[in-house]
Amino acid sequence: MKILVGLKHVPDTETKVKVADDGVSLVEAGIKFVMSPYDEYAVEEALKLKEAAGEGEVLLVCAGPESATATLRQGLAMGADRAVLIQDPRFDRADGLVRASALASVATQESPDLVLLGKQGVGTDESQTVPMLGELLDLPHVSAVGTLEIVDGRFTAHREIEGAVEVMEGSLPAILGCEKGLNEPRYASLKGIMQAKKKTIDVRSAADAGIEDGALGEGKMVVWEKLDLPAPRSGARILEGEIDDQVVELVRCLREEEKVI
Amino acid sequence: MGANVLVFAERREGSLKRPALEALSAARSAADILGGSVVVLALGSGAAAHAEELGKHGADRLLTAEAPWLDMYVPEAYAATLAAAAGDVDAGLVLVPATSMGKDMAPRVAAALKTGMLSDVTDLEASADGTLRCTRPVFSGKANAIVAIPAARPAVASLRPNVFPVKETGGGAAETGSVEPALAEDKVRVRAVRLEKPAEAELDVAEASVIVSGGRGIKGAENFKLIRELAEPLGAAVGASRAVVDAGWIAHSHQVGQTGKVVSPNLYIACGISGAIQHLAGMSSSKVIVAINKDPEAPIFKIADYGIVGDLFEVVPKLAEAVRNLNS
Repeated sequence: MKILVGLKHVPDTETKVKVADDGVSLVEAGIKFVMSPYDEYAVEEALKLKEAAGEGEVLLVCAGPESATATLRQGLAMGADRAVLIQDPRFDRADGLVRASALASVATQESPDLVLLGKQGVGTDESQTVPMLGELLDLPHVSAVGTLEIVDGRFTAHREIEGAVEVMEGSLPAILGCEKGLNEPRYASLKGIMQAKKKTIDVRSAADAGIEDGALGEGKMVVWEKLDLPAPRSGARILEGEIDDQVVELVRCLREEEKVI
Repeated sequence: MGANVLVFAERREGSLKRPALEALSAARSAADILGGSVVVLALGSGAAAHAEELGKHGADRLLTAEAPWLDMYVPEAYAATLAAAAGDVDAGLVLVPATSMGKDMAPRVAAALKTGMLSDVTDLEASADGTLRCTRPVFSGKANAIVAIPAARPAVASLRPNVFPVKETGGGAAETGSVEPALAEDKVRVRAVRLEKPAEAELDVAEASVIVSGGRGIKGAENFKLIRELAEPLGAAVGASRAVVDAGWIAHSHQVGQTGKVVSPNLYIACGISGAIQHLAGMSSSKVIVAINKDPEAPIFKIADYGIVGDLFEVVPKLAEAVRNLNS
């Protein structure tokens, strides 16, 4: 079974967001970039499926800047076999369709049996790549998969929806977006890290992936105009006195002043 | 492309979902600016029965494909039919609720139309020249991005639920018409086969107006009963920090924060949660925040409105009792 895993290189979730002077970019100094947390579930699931089958290949693909090599190395260290970086620093805020097209170019070449991604890249939080990739490759997709079973080329995926679990059934090849809880991602072993250093990363340009230069620049369909920080909150009124009195005062405030209970 | 606005009206088990009416109300305002009409697409048996309710909320026309095999969610067929309708009605704008169904479907529609899409928006503004400009939270709400689609048509946007107000416009029943599903049933390669509902329906943090959350300070899975005892009289959902979800004390569906759910209830009560950045990102847009923590230096107090510095094992039961007394 050949499995392609799409990865995104994103700011760590502990990042404090600061807006740069241009009013729309992030101040990147001091930010740690990591593999998008949901992508770890995709890598783990791919490795588990390969191990269970006793054969196969796990291929990582990332569209991102040169520094995204670190995210690909992490995936290789976890146990993936190969990695492709479609290198361009402008992918982060590119149109969803352009990012999906970059991944699609590799998928078309490699014809995987299954494509796994995180359900979303944290940061821009768009959740567009999984369904778009399905359309571009003319394959079925399911986003936010919480449990997955594959038997004889057919899959059953459970996904959490409002107040229920939706059970999806379909056929491979397919594009699946992974939700937290799908599995327990492994840590890279020391041996894995050493081996990953020896693996080469196939670096391609956006043009190699069939993306015209304009699509990442002047020709973007979605324009990021501004990044605003929410108004800061003023800090808590710390209640005083005996705990019993504090509780009484809190309930009074919530009912009479805030009118929320 | 035209000035018409196409809305996807999500149905579950034959009922129209409220976020569909929210999207419809936003569509009406946009269509009035663009000078076009509002067309709604609804799928599955009995969809035409919503003509009156949709008309009352601003729909001019209702297109339906009533094939029973569309009663449950069929991603490829739903997306193809909405994309085809966008062409048929000459839509300049396509709006979809950013529910679990809409999030799964709308990007596929945008890809089919080779156009731009804005996900999970919380504010939407159409200009007379057709530009769509939206606000959307990024970094799970640590920042808001203002993003626009100036030229690509139709522009596609998914609208975050519980943000856009539902407005009645006083219109009569929408004019109905039927369309064929844009994909034949035998071409479908994935579909929803059933919904599994928990035996005891638990309120979802994403839909709750009050949330009581527990963090590492509760010390063990068994102590979530304390949180539940406070949640119950408040009619609240039970939330949790990432630390306790990762420790296996409660299911991921309860997690609030950057790798969980982003919530903005009227009241959020954080018990034993110190306030890691990734947790704050998920709840700091709540209207009123109460923090209960024994560490007066905990970051949660910086964003809370009310704080009690104390042992949650003492404070939470007393608060639960006070709320029960209030109710009786």
